Amino acid sequence: MRSIISVLLENEPGALARVVGLFAQRSYNIESLTVSPTNDLTLSRMTITTEVDCSATLEQMMKQLHKLVDVLRVSELTEGSHVERELMLLKVRTLNSEVREEIKRTADIYRGQIVDITPSLYTIQLTGACSKLDAFIATIGETSEIVEVVRSGVCGIARGEKALRG
Amino acid sequence: MEMLSGAEMVVRSLQDEGIEHIFGYPGGSVLDIYDAIFQSDKIEHYLVRHEQAAVHMADAYSRATGKVGVVLVTAGPGATNCITGIATAYMDSIPLVVLSGQVPTHWIGDDAFQETDMIGVSRPVVKHSFSCRTAEEIPIAIKKAFYIASTGRPGPVVIDLPKDVQNPLNKFPYEYPKSVSLRSYSPTLSGHRGQIKRAVAALLSAKKPVLYVGGGSIIANASKQVLELAEKLNLPVTNTLMGLGAFPGEHKQFIGMLGMHGTYEANRSMHNADLIFSAGARFDDRVTNNVDKFCPNAKIMQIDIDPTSISKNIHADLPIVGSIEIVLQQMLDLLEETKATNDAESINAWWDQINEWRAKDCLAYKTSETHIKPQQVIQCLYKVTKGDAIVTSDVGQHQMVAAQYYPFKEPRQWINSGGAGTMGFGLPAAMGCKIAFPDRPVVCVTGDGSIQMNIQELSTCMQYNIPVVILLLNNRSLGMVKQWQKMFYGGRQSHSYMDSVPDFVKLSEAYNHIGIKVDTIDQLEPALVRAFELKDRVVFVDVAIDPEEQVFPMQVKFGSMEDMYLSPTERTDA
Ligand SMILES: Cc1ncc(C[n+]2csc(CCOP(=O)(O)OP(=O)(O)O)c2C)c(N)n1
Ligand SMILES: [Mg+2]
Repeated sequence: MRSIISVLLENEPGALARVVGLFAQRSYNIESLTVSPTNDLTLSRMTITTEVDCSATLEQMMKQLHKLVDVLRVSELTEGSHVERELMLLKVRTLNSEVREEIKRTADIYRGQIVDITPSLYTIQLTGACSKLDAFIATIGETSEIVEVVRSGVCGIARGEKALRG
Repeated sequence: MEMLSGAEMVVRSLQDEGIEHIFGYPGGSVLDIYDAIFQSDKIEHYLVRHEQAAVHMADAYSRATGKVGVVLVTAGPGATNCITGIATAYMDSIPLVVLSGQVPTHWIGDDAFQETDMIGVSRPVVKHSFSCRTAEEIPIAIKKAFYIASTGRPGPVVIDLPKDVQNPLNKFPYEYPKSVSLRSYSPTLSGHRGQIKRAVAALLSAKKPVLYVGGGSIIANASKQVLELAEKLNLPVTNTLMGLGAFPGEHKQFIGMLGMHGTYEANRSMHNADLIFSAGARFDDRVTNNVDKFCPNAKIMQIDIDPTSISKNIHADLPIVGSIEIVLQQMLDLLEETKATNDAESINAWWDQINEWRAKDCLAYKTSETHIKPQQVIQCLYKVTKGDAIVTSDVGQHQMVAAQYYPFKEPRQWINSGGAGTMGFGLPAAMGCKIAFPDRPVVCVTGDGSIQMNIQELSTCMQYNIPVVILLLNNRSLGMVKQWQKMFYGGRQSHSYMDSVPDFVKLSEAYNHIGIKVDTIDQLEPALVRAFELKDRVVFVDVAIDPEEQVFPMQVKFGSMEDMYLSPTERTDA
């Protein structure tokens, strides 16, 4: 099952390495990981998406994260209602004006934006849940050659009052 | 405010933390700290012969006293030599602070001479680590390190100290913090009240309870509460390898160690229990055997200060996070308040059953006309020391035999590497204990393989006169490996015997110690008596034991807890 774990941790050197090391050491899977300082610059917020075989593994994973001395809070997002977003930049080859038109139309439907143009390339920016980005890649791939894809990994937050604070 | 250099701050911070003994080895990147130690008269430093031994000494010093052990080593190889020691402490939750030198900050990342990323190399085996990039950070890092190492589930903490940060020419205002708090770290100490109530109720209604006591009870100093609870409710008690001494080995309610080489009665009681109450044990694979067959009818109740230990291997029906000492006291208080008690009749029936298993006398063994049996050696050791020695051990058959045949009276009396199983632990561990308790008899029970893994420390013993007794159960082989090869590999002894075991008597004499060779059973007791009478000398007693003797009982692989070999030919009918 897919899980999204939010982690609030000290913005200290080595803190990220401890989290990544923990996952490697205990052979937990990481699908994506994003981390950045929060409005409080002494804290970092991390979102980890992972695939676990059962809820006991997830529970152990969260407890292990919490055990790290740098970690303040850990919470799982998919069990409640939440918002998840990922940013993607995708470069495609535009062979002729027909293809260019088609790509532009598809990008519009997905609410993507073309952020860079060369005579033979478009770079498209798209945000959304993972599944939307996956679908976009599949659709574009049908009409033109994808040159490069870069995805930020998932950022997630709980809906409503629930908040992860220091 | 007082002005000190980084190097001086290290030494002063240790002093202000109340540290009296440290263990270490100098080198280029810690010379400034060593110079500051030279000028301090408060801290006694022990120069070892290999850094691994320094960590084991500090570790055992901590196990014996409950204080934090401190190590100081140089960068690169000095630091990496510590890793086995740190991993050993980590597995058994022992509080250590390891100070390691580092190349100057402006060289970090350049593959400078003796540069190793100690923070990175040690990360998987430490509780936490700090790297000080300025001298001003040193006192607070040291304060935090001691706090983190010793609270919650204890463990080793590494502090990396680059050379330029120690520079004796740069002085900074020094003040050692009185206290420290970390917003991201606050261990839970008392148990949840609702859980305590439920735990007491479960304990009172159990008909076949077992109190399963692990090393956590020793670390938490909870022996008093364990004893009180056990006696109040007439509970059968089993200790893990790490828990030996937490409940007295000669108490009538003690049913022996459990697990792979546990007693018949302990393992059968566990398997047939209706309630297993774990106090600071972690359902390790050496205890549970096959988890799918583990104690099918038991409700599991588990206290641990570390939430990750709860329900990790075996699901806990009733988990309580907290300090063992505090949680057990909460339970005792509740029992006192309610005056409730359990049903004596069903407990007595349970004891009748357990006593039937006990009657099997699973630790009985055959003596021989020609060979000394390892069991005889440990029983003789018990007799000669009146059960009062601090016993350290290495890893192998001798360790298991010591655990089985020396009924430890108190916590912190049995010092062994349980989680990591580190051969080479025993001798430096004994030295650490002797430094902590110069007036108590300290003996290292070791094997011919293990003792050679840190034998160089005989030299440290000579330098500081650390008079430990070394009791070698010499079977001229890596006995435990050989046992497995006999049982599971068709007897093919691939690299498990020692073709050239040195003359340990001569070797001891080379270090100005006393060596005694024991070849026959009648020489054994006089040799041990003499060894403990020579209070100010290291005595190495080399006992030639039966090389074919094996450790039993032994759980059958993939079986349940009660599925055991009682001898090479007898298996339980579980
Ligand atoms: C550092 C290390 N290397 C290897 C092992 C694997 N091992 C476990 S017991 C054992 C044999 C120990 O031999 P010895 O010290 O003579 O003890 P005995 O079993 O003969 O009593 C070995 C090699 C270990 N535990 N630790
Ligand atoms: Mg041996």
